[in-house]
Amino acid sequence: MDVEAIVSNLPLYLEGLWITVQLVVLALAAGLVLSVPIAIAAASHNPLVYALPKTYIYFFRGTPLLVQMFIIYYGFAQFQAVQESFLWPVLKEAYWCALIAFTLNTAGYTSEILRGAIRQTAFGEIEAAKACGMSAALVYRRIILPSAFRRALPAYGNEVIFMLHGSAVAGVITIVDLFGAARIVNSRHFVPFESFITAGVFYLCLTFMIIWAFKRLEKRWFAYLRPREE
Amino acid sequence: MANSETALLVEDLHKSFGSLQVLKGISLTAHDHDVVSILGSSGSGKSTFLRCINLLETPTSGKVSVQGELIRMSQRSDGTPVLEDRKQVERIRSKLAMVFQQFNLWSHMTVLENVIEAPVHVLKVPKAEAIERAEKVLQRVGMFERKDYYPAHLSGGQQQRAAIARALAMEPEMMLFDEPTSALDPELVGEVLKVMRSLADEGRTMLVVTHEMGFAREVSSRVMFLHEGCVEEDGPPEQVFEQPKSERFRQFQAGTLK
Repeated sequence: MDVEAIVSNLPLYLEGLWITVQLVVLALAAGLVLSVPIAIAAASHNPLVYALPKTYIYFFRGTPLLVQMFIIYYGFAQFQAVQESFLWPVLKEAYWCALIAFTLNTAGYTSEILRGAIRQTAFGEIEAAKACGMSAALVYRRIILPSAFRRALPAYGNEVIFMLHGSAVAGVITIVDLFGAARIVNSRHFVPFESFITAGVFYLCLTFMIIWAFKRLEKRWFAYLRPREE
Repeated sequence: MANSETALLVEDLHKSFGSLQVLKGISLTAHDHDVVSILGSSGSGKSTFLRCINLLETPTSGKVSVQGELIRMSQRSDGTPVLEDRKQVERIRSKLAMVFQQFNLWSHMTVLENVIEAPVHVLKVPKAEAIERAEKVLQRVGMFERKDYYPAHLSGGQQQRAAIARALAMEPEMMLFDEPTSALDPELVGEVLKVMRSLADEGRTMLVVTHEMGFAREVSSRVMFLHEGCVEEDGPPEQVFEQPKSERFRQFQAGTLK
């Protein structure tokens, strides 16, 4: 075991860890915000309303994250029009391309989780909300979404973990995230086992923190489902 | 013309689902403080009639006015009925509180949260005031001690009383009850009926779809009996129960007394 190679590169790992956390947190936050209107539209019964969001969900769940990121980073750059457009300062940066790909990807999965949860809302509860004079928007804001978010929580916890692990693909397009750092350490010292197991341990710790956070949230949000504590 | 004491005016109400005609021309005038019981066997259209009044169902044709305000409806070219003015419908619904057979409390909210929800977000009552009001109505239905419980932790009778409190907190002009005791165990029916009886005693205007003949007979000021979408009996309970005009109502009475 070459511990020295790891210890001397700890600062690099920590930098990678910071980039991974940034990418994942930003992508999850933006993805969640995007997913709410997409899920609401996708839950509609009107084909004109759900066609586009469902296609979006189908595309992002239907293709690998790596392929999506390559299309955005390498694929778009192929077009002269893109290189000359105002988007180019963003699209030429690997970091931004990864962030865009992650955001769109997690928005797709999260929309599908939310769409299902919205559709499962007890019909009687929606009717009761209408019957006391709530507008459609208010019914969504006060009744459907709060109850759908609760139902979606366990599945969303899974999605957050997948996003964290999926974010390792950023290391492939020159970004020094956790995985990117491990690749650099490996190429400098030829210690594949030590370099990647270290990255793995970091990912494990992050996962553990996510699981813990979701447990706390579930404890708070699921009080209405548990037997009453006397 | 509706005078100021006319709480509800329904004229020649029709409702069809596809080719199925559920209501075939029902009229009803209810005045303030009336308690109207609507009876009928299942499939007679009584729940649909109640749901047309607060527009949970859109009537195919006919007129509904609440406190002299006519609800604006029209028909699309293919004949499907549409409500013209959403804002009007929402405003009218906020004056007509409804109590459902399945309670329909919002399961992720405590009893208190259920009760203050619509006053705060629909009527824009300040939260502190809404809580004060909620605690008063919860006392009234005997649910104050359970105000921090979630619906899943309550019996059916308690849930229904909480749902009645939720309706009362809107300070409605009229209350609509859609078979409020039909989903309850027999021993829990009494506690809900007791609350409803006390509401009638304080002069509330109520429309009650029910199978409780005792309640209809003793509490209501008027009884309506529907059969296959038509009104078969309509009058004060003494008259309807003592001298029913229709053979169907006699059969219905005999059937429910078993």
